[in-house]
Amino acid sequence: MADIHLAETSLPVGGQELISTRWWGMMCLIATEGILFVYLIFAYAYLGSQSPGAWPPAGPPSLALSAPDTVVLVASSFLLGWGARRGANKARLQLALAGTFVLGTIFLVVQGFEWAAKPFTLKTNAYSAIYFTLTGFHMAHVVVGLLMLLVLMGWSVSGRLNRHPECAFLGTLYWHFVDVVWLAVFTAIYLFPRFS
Amino acid sequence: MAIEIAQDLPASERRKLLDIWETAPGIYGWLATVDHKKIGVRYLCTAFFFLVIGGVEALLMRIQLAQPGLKLLSPEAYNQLFSMHGVTMIFLYALPMLSGFSNYLWPLLLGSRDMAFPRLNALSYWVYLFAGIFLYISFPLGQAPNGGWFNYVPNTELQYDPGINIDIYSLGLIFLGISTVVGSANFVVTVLRCRAPGMSVNRLPILVWGTLTASVANLLAVPAVSLACFLLWMDRRYFTHFYVISGGGQPLLWQHLFWVFGHPWVYALVLPGMGIVSDALPVFCRRPLVGYTLVAISTVSTMILGFGVWVHHMFATGLPVVALSFFSAASFVIAIPSAIAVFAWIATIWTGRPQFKTPFLFFAGFILLFVIGGVSGFMTASVALDWQLTDTYFIVAHLHYVLLGINVFPVVGGIHFWFPKITGRMMDERLGKWTFWTMFIGFNLAFFPMHLIGLMGMPRRVYTYSAELGVGGYNLLISAGAFLLAAGILLLLVNIVRSRTLGAVAGPNPWDAPTLEWSVSSPPPPYNFAVIPVIASRHPLWEDRLDETTDRSTVHGGLVLDEGKETVGVTVLDAEPDVILKMPGDTLVPLLTALGMMVIFCGMLLINFWVVGAGAVWTAMVLLVWLAPRDHAAKERPAVHG
Amino acid sequence: MKRSAAGLFSLLMLSNCARAPLGYLEGEGPAARSIASLGWGLLGISVAVCLITGALLVFSIFRRRAQTDGLGRGDDRSSLRWIGVGLSVTTVLLLASAVWTLWTVRGLSDTSRAAEVNIDVTGQQWWWEVRYRSDTPSREFSTANDLVIPAGVPVQLNLRSRDVVHSFWVPKLAGKMDMIPGQTNRIRIEADRPGIYRGQCSEFCGVQHAQMAFFVIALAPADFQTWWNHQLEPARNDPKAIPQQTFIERCSGCHAIRGLPAGGILGPNLSHFGSRRTIAAGILPNDSGNLAHWLNDSQGVKPGSKMPELHLAANQVDALTAYLEGLK
Repeated sequence: MADIHLAETSLPVGGQELISTRWWGMMCLIATEGILFVYLIFAYAYLGSQSPGAWPPAGPPSLALSAPDTVVLVASSFLLGWGARRGANKARLQLALAGTFVLGTIFLVVQGFEWAAKPFTLKTNAYSAIYFTLTGFHMAHVVVGLLMLLVLMGWSVSGRLNRHPECAFLGTLYWHFVDVVWLAVFTAIYLFPRFS
Repeated sequence: MAIEIAQDLPASERRKLLDIWETAPGIYGWLATVDHKKIGVRYLCTAFFFLVIGGVEALLMRIQLAQPGLKLLSPEAYNQLFSMHGVTMIFLYALPMLSGFSNYLWPLLLGSRDMAFPRLNALSYWVYLFAGIFLYISFPLGQAPNGGWFNYVPNTELQYDPGINIDIYSLGLIFLGISTVVGSANFVVTVLRCRAPGMSVNRLPILVWGTLTASVANLLAVPAVSLACFLLWMDRRYFTHFYVISGGGQPLLWQHLFWVFGHPWVYALVLPGMGIVSDALPVFCRRPLVGYTLVAISTVSTMILGFGVWVHHMFATGLPVVALSFFSAASFVIAIPSAIAVFAWIATIWTGRPQFKTPFLFFAGFILLFVIGGVSGFMTASVALDWQLTDTYFIVAHLHYVLLGINVFPVVGGIHFWFPKITGRMMDERLGKWTFWTMFIGFNLAFFPMHLIGLMGMPRRVYTYSAELGVGGYNLLISAGAFLLAAGILLLLVNIVRSRTLGAVAGPNPWDAPTLEWSVSSPPPPYNFAVIPVIASRHPLWEDRLDETTDRSTVHGGLVLDEGKETVGVTVLDAEPDVILKMPGDTLVPLLTALGMMVIFCGMLLINFWVVGAGAVWTAMVLLVWLAPRDHAAKERPAVHG
Repeated sequence: MKRSAAGLFSLLMLSNCARAPLGYLEGEGPAARSIASLGWGLLGISVAVCLITGALLVFSIFRRRAQTDGLGRGDDRSSLRWIGVGLSVTTVLLLASAVWTLWTVRGLSDTSRAAEVNIDVTGQQWWWEVRYRSDTPSREFSTANDLVIPAGVPVQLNLRSRDVVHSFWVPKLAGKMDMIPGQTNRIRIEADRPGIYRGQCSEFCGVQHAQMAFFVIALAPADFQTWWNHQLEPARNDPKAIPQQTFIERCSGCHAIRGLPAGGILGPNLSHFGSRRTIAAGILPNDSGNLAHWLNDSQGVKPGSKMPELHLAANQVDALTAYLEGLK
């Protein structure tokens, strides 16, 4: 007979284990969306490297709003990770989901203020185009994340999440991904111009 | 609890599985099926349809080019034709055709009942179909993309291309990219999870290696072209300055983003084809592939190297010599894994006993075309020589030798090979041989002289050329060859259509082949395997005769899994059974999602954000239904074996 | 058999090249010659590889075998060893080719011989703007589509674009170099001896990409100086002449002629037009009949070009034709 243990007495049904089919699917999503941001940052760097004048044209963007905003987003990741851990009870999870939703919304609102305060528009020049596009793509991913948090909250209230706790875990993975992407974007746009 | 290991399933059990797995009848079933075999056949048929359309576009071009100075097509018409010929063949035929084969075959090759994400599978097909329609709406509007399949800026910016041609191109490619990415994720997760117990990584068929490699690459490469297209759409409709030089935009940014995608993409278009040959050629040599491990490694290493050579499409752009030299060297190195594969195939034939059936002819022909395409590529790898070769018909010769040679020929051989499995009937062998020779002679007549006229300096992407170039005679020959090749495709089509009803009935294994798909009936039952097989080698059906070890695979004793649509999930490397996976049944959700996406993209084309919003809301709601996890009856089950 | 096939192939190539004005397997300048020898080398390797592999393939299919049934299984060690041999040969050939390539590139980048002439060539849809630079600004002048150079010395070209990406290619003298808006690419060309060398745009640039050609005319250095001085001479300015009035009225919005109050920059500079080889960027040989045809039906000759249908009267066409052909 083949060298496979057919003597397993039983097998689990459905993907509730950590490394499940859905987990691999989420990894593929993260890989493909992640590399999109790599290409966006590449575009930013390429436009900068070929720029005849200074880059950014008006000097490095201000950290006044973006730095605290970064802290807000990182905090939300910690909050969600705490709340969605295995063995967390329903109340803790719902608190974490709600809190993360609030923090994520704050992040977006602050970014909105930052956008409004910029002296340039989308059409101004190459820098403005890539600035708004790069941060805009990230914001879009945050919006998707917020919708996801709402859905998870709904499923938690209805009890569905109790029966399928792995969904909260997958949601956390996505939210961490959004957070890590922001760190990369923040480094590229806000920090790097200060050091080069 | 004791495990029952029965030798075979009784008819009542098979009836139960059939009821569980069979697609619902009628139009609902047609729209809602998630059966990988049905989806695979759809991919094959739709891709073949686009092959014919792309071929007609080429024939029109070849009529115009048959002699210098002809005026049968206006320059604008010609430019739309050559652009759409490229887009159609490269995006709407080449990858989807291979996806069709992989979709149909993978679960059968891997010993599984379906792919990891059956609904995602259906979605990838519907999005492909809708994206193809989206791109082709442009023709009746007279606004087909006209900037070449490579769509360089600033020529495709609004200022120089004011119609909606390029908007259709940009948005259409982003749309199609969703299908590609989603399909690629499905392949990757399927091979990681959904195999038969015992199908360890060193026992995977090379087709699986090829498609897996291509899929990982697509996940990482497609976002580059999607981004490039999105930025172009922004430039055109929102007056940004990504590529427009006033304001600091960079035309070369398009080229970098496009070719960072484009080069890995062309390897994605051929590695699965090479996999088809690596799996099917040995059948007609009556022996296993020589150097399986080498070929698997060469597949993966070709793809990895493929990410490091993109600048060889930009050798004439004036980049620094140091950079060009690096990419030239890398482009030479990438020939090495290909050479390994060629030698392995020849060694397989040499040490085997060739059987002159139609598939074998296509696979043997493929080897020769691969080498010719490979050496013309080797010549273009040389940056200095490429400064003369690039943008001439030499490149047209090269790309067609590699694309037809390494994609179309294996595909047609694969059609003849797997047609019995898919339809239950054999294709006509005599007509098959006529098909091969017509295609082979027609192809070489059409494309070999292109090397010569390329070396004589005939530029590419031209709707006409001067008689002074001295290439008129060759062009006439090329056009004649193109028509002969088209006749070969027509013979293929005739053979397919006739054989579906008139072909000899095929049993499960008419070729006496070794892999798992030949252990089930032709066509396979909807549930593929009555019991999940257990695998002990790369060639389960040849084990008795090869007698390499005492281990034996079995398709008669294994997990039954009949409490609903189920298959087994295994560990990644060694394929130990790990979990019982519940599979979804027929559902309209993928189709509805694709329709929502179509609405979004049409809204973007019309720059109407109410339409986009409506499409987005619809898509989000359907996705919510899709992603809601379903409850299962039991959390654990005893592993019943049949 | 292989050698004669290779020889026949080379003969075929060479005989074709003689009749191929855009062919590059025989260079007429140092850059092109250096690339051509590399080209022949790599072509030779390629042909040999195809013939050898083809022979191996054919032999592997048709070689005599013991007739047995059943499946082959066997010791693959000797096959793997042969694969190793093939791999080693392949690697050596690739390495040699890469080294040869880099050596050629190094040679082509060599700027030790000073360029004697500096010319700005700017591509635009679908013609070539040519401006001769000089240390003395008064000795600079513009022309179009014909690129006249001195033979036997390096000439530096500064390649730009006014609109989309074009590519400058005169195969008998050098490889291609793209003309990309927003940047200046430089290339050196040199012709061994006086002659006429055909060029072609080599990057798809829109509807008339196919008809964007040009000619490089290499003159002996002394003749080149004479030509340069002649180009500086202005056309005779006679405001009362009807042909000149017609020109100013209908053409000067886009075209310029040195010496006339005609300063259009949208179209090619028409100074000394009568001595140009071709009309409309290499499309029609320059003679009265063709010029009249062009003036009457530019969109028929080059559909989509920026030269509009002028709807001139027949006598206007005759006058302009005679006038322009007279600008030698």
